[in-house]
Amino acid sequence: MTIELIAYGAFFLTMALSFAIICLGLNVQWGQTGVFNVGVSGFVAVGAYTSALLTTPPSDAHLGGFALPIALGWIAAALASALVSFVIGAITIRLRSDYLAIATFGVAVAVQLCALNLQPLTGGPFGIGFIPRPFSELAGRPLAFSLLNLGVLILLVGGLYFFLQRLARSPWGRVLRAIREDETAARALGKNATLFRLQAFAIGGGIMGLAGAVQGHFIGFIAPDNYQPILTFQVWAMLIVGGSGNNRGAILGAIVVWGIWAASAAMIGAVVPADQQARAATLQIVTIGVALCVILLLRPRGILGELRVVSRHLDARPRDAASAAPTKEVSRAERS
Amino acid sequence: MNPQGLVDGLIAGATIGLGAVGITLTYSILRFSNFAHGELISWGAYFALAVAGLLGAAFGFLTTPILPFSFGWTLPIAAIAAIALNAALALVVDTLLFSRLRARNSTVIIMVMASFGAALTLRNLLEFTFTGKPQYYTGALQIAIRLGGGIRATPDQLLSLVIALLVVSGVHLLLTRTAMGRAMRAVSENPQLADLAGVNVRQVIRIVWVLGAGLAAVAGVMAGLLIQIRPEMGLDLLLPLFAAAILGGIGSVPGAMLAGLIIGISEALAVAAVGAQWRAAVSFVILVAVLLVRPQGLFGRPE
Repeated sequence: MTIELIAYGAFFLTMALSFAIICLGLNVQWGQTGVFNVGVSGFVAVGAYTSALLTTPPSDAHLGGFALPIALGWIAAALASALVSFVIGAITIRLRSDYLAIATFGVAVAVQLCALNLQPLTGGPFGIGFIPRPFSELAGRPLAFSLLNLGVLILLVGGLYFFLQRLARSPWGRVLRAIREDETAARALGKNATLFRLQAFAIGGGIMGLAGAVQGHFIGFIAPDNYQPILTFQVWAMLIVGGSGNNRGAILGAIVVWGIWAASAAMIGAVVPADQQARAATLQIVTIGVALCVILLLRPRGILGELRVVSRHLDARPRDAASAAPTKEVSRAERS
Repeated sequence: MNPQGLVDGLIAGATIGLGAVGITLTYSILRFSNFAHGELISWGAYFALAVAGLLGAAFGFLTTPILPFSFGWTLPIAAIAAIALNAALALVVDTLLFSRLRARNSTVIIMVMASFGAALTLRNLLEFTFTGKPQYYTGALQIAIRLGGGIRATPDQLLSLVIALLVVSGVHLLLTRTAMGRAMRAVSENPQLADLAGVNVRQVIRIVWVLGAGLAAVAGVMAGLLIQIRPEMGLDLLLPLFAAAILGGIGSVPGAMLAGLIIGISEALAVAAVGAQWRAAVSFVILVAVLLVRPQGLFGRPE
């Protein structure tokens, strides 16, 4: 029993952390750069399909598979999604911010349509199965298997976290913040605002693609239906609950929201009769939708939001100065 | 070019155009792209379905079809009720959500995000209430009439097209010929200046919601009458709506309607050329092409 509980806990955390990766990617785009992406599910799907096609054993149902190592699939997934993000960004990033939102929404629709209709390439509505799972040779020992998978996810999320924290503090991250705070001033200093935004958008997209690949390999099966707009919505809810602009907030939000989601799904499964479950599931989404609006209204900075945007200017200062300043900065963030 | 495809596309495009006019109005006055606009279309369709059902149950004689159309008097009455109910719904959502965000000067993106949350809530409430099963206003079959040149259309389709054109012309006249329309254009031009000049900005915003939601209800009833009523009908229309609003040029009512017709016709042609499963990609291709070549749209002004 305990072993099952631990195995379930590990499974839950692994899923939550795979969402945390998507959240970190979204945080690079939105939290740190102010670029709005409503097509998260599309970029995740590109990564998932890329890695699945490269690593599955050869099959007649879809292109390939090429039976390459999993790690290679993950790298390719990140690159493919980064490339798609770059192209979309290059078209739209200089326009009004919500044109980019509409265009990314279009990407999600188009990617799902391709996954569904390009059957020779993607396996169509049946999706792709037999995606190799890391440590699959341990599948007979569920505990070791889930713990090792969780370990991979922890390493991955931890590594990304430190990479992104470094990036935010690097000269590159400083330019991004400068552009967000005062684009005219940044341009006057010779910084190409469009190019920097585009880079951040592509990096964020690449991270989402990586997350898609990781999820696909963890579950072992992907299908177009996994990449509905609801996925985008979940990820946004996670980032906003956790606190956008804050990498720790992105991870925390993913765990909290995924926890609420899984718990409410389990509750519906236990309480509601089987023929009404689809109907009850819609109320689950209604609840999350209302919760998101309420958070936007009452606490737009999220759980860990206080460290947001402006206060990170203080990171470069000595520690004691940074700890003294936040109250002032929060009030400034509230006014804006 | 297949003339029948042209007619079918024109009729589908009329629905898109009506929705896009709503999007373009809310966009130019409220200054954010409202991802919940598609849900207003679905809610309009379901409002009409519910009212028509009640009317039919209470006064059975109203369900007799008004020849040559497939529906009885219940539907036109229900459509008018749906316009009112939809307008009320939009005002409620605005009061609960958007007006509060406006009051604290939220960024455009927070508004878009909130509309995203509102869209999910509204859509799933519909699915909870009416289930996901497709429904219809009428079970009556309609014979298409020959219009010459090998073109056929049902009376319902022709009526929808005429109504769409009349409604959009009405909105255009309202915007260009009345004091209220002048006030609306002033607010879309510069809200602060309009406010200073004595324009009641709050009232303009309310009218925009009422107009947008009313048009959405008409579009929803049309789509429900010509195709079917499903909770996802608005979501499926969302991308064509945005594509049409941007292609027409944000703020331009005739532009949005014309662009809606263009997108409808392009979809019909694409369906004939590469198959119905690619219909949804047409709007995306058009959207990207417009953003690349002429981001201000056909009738818009460059920013």
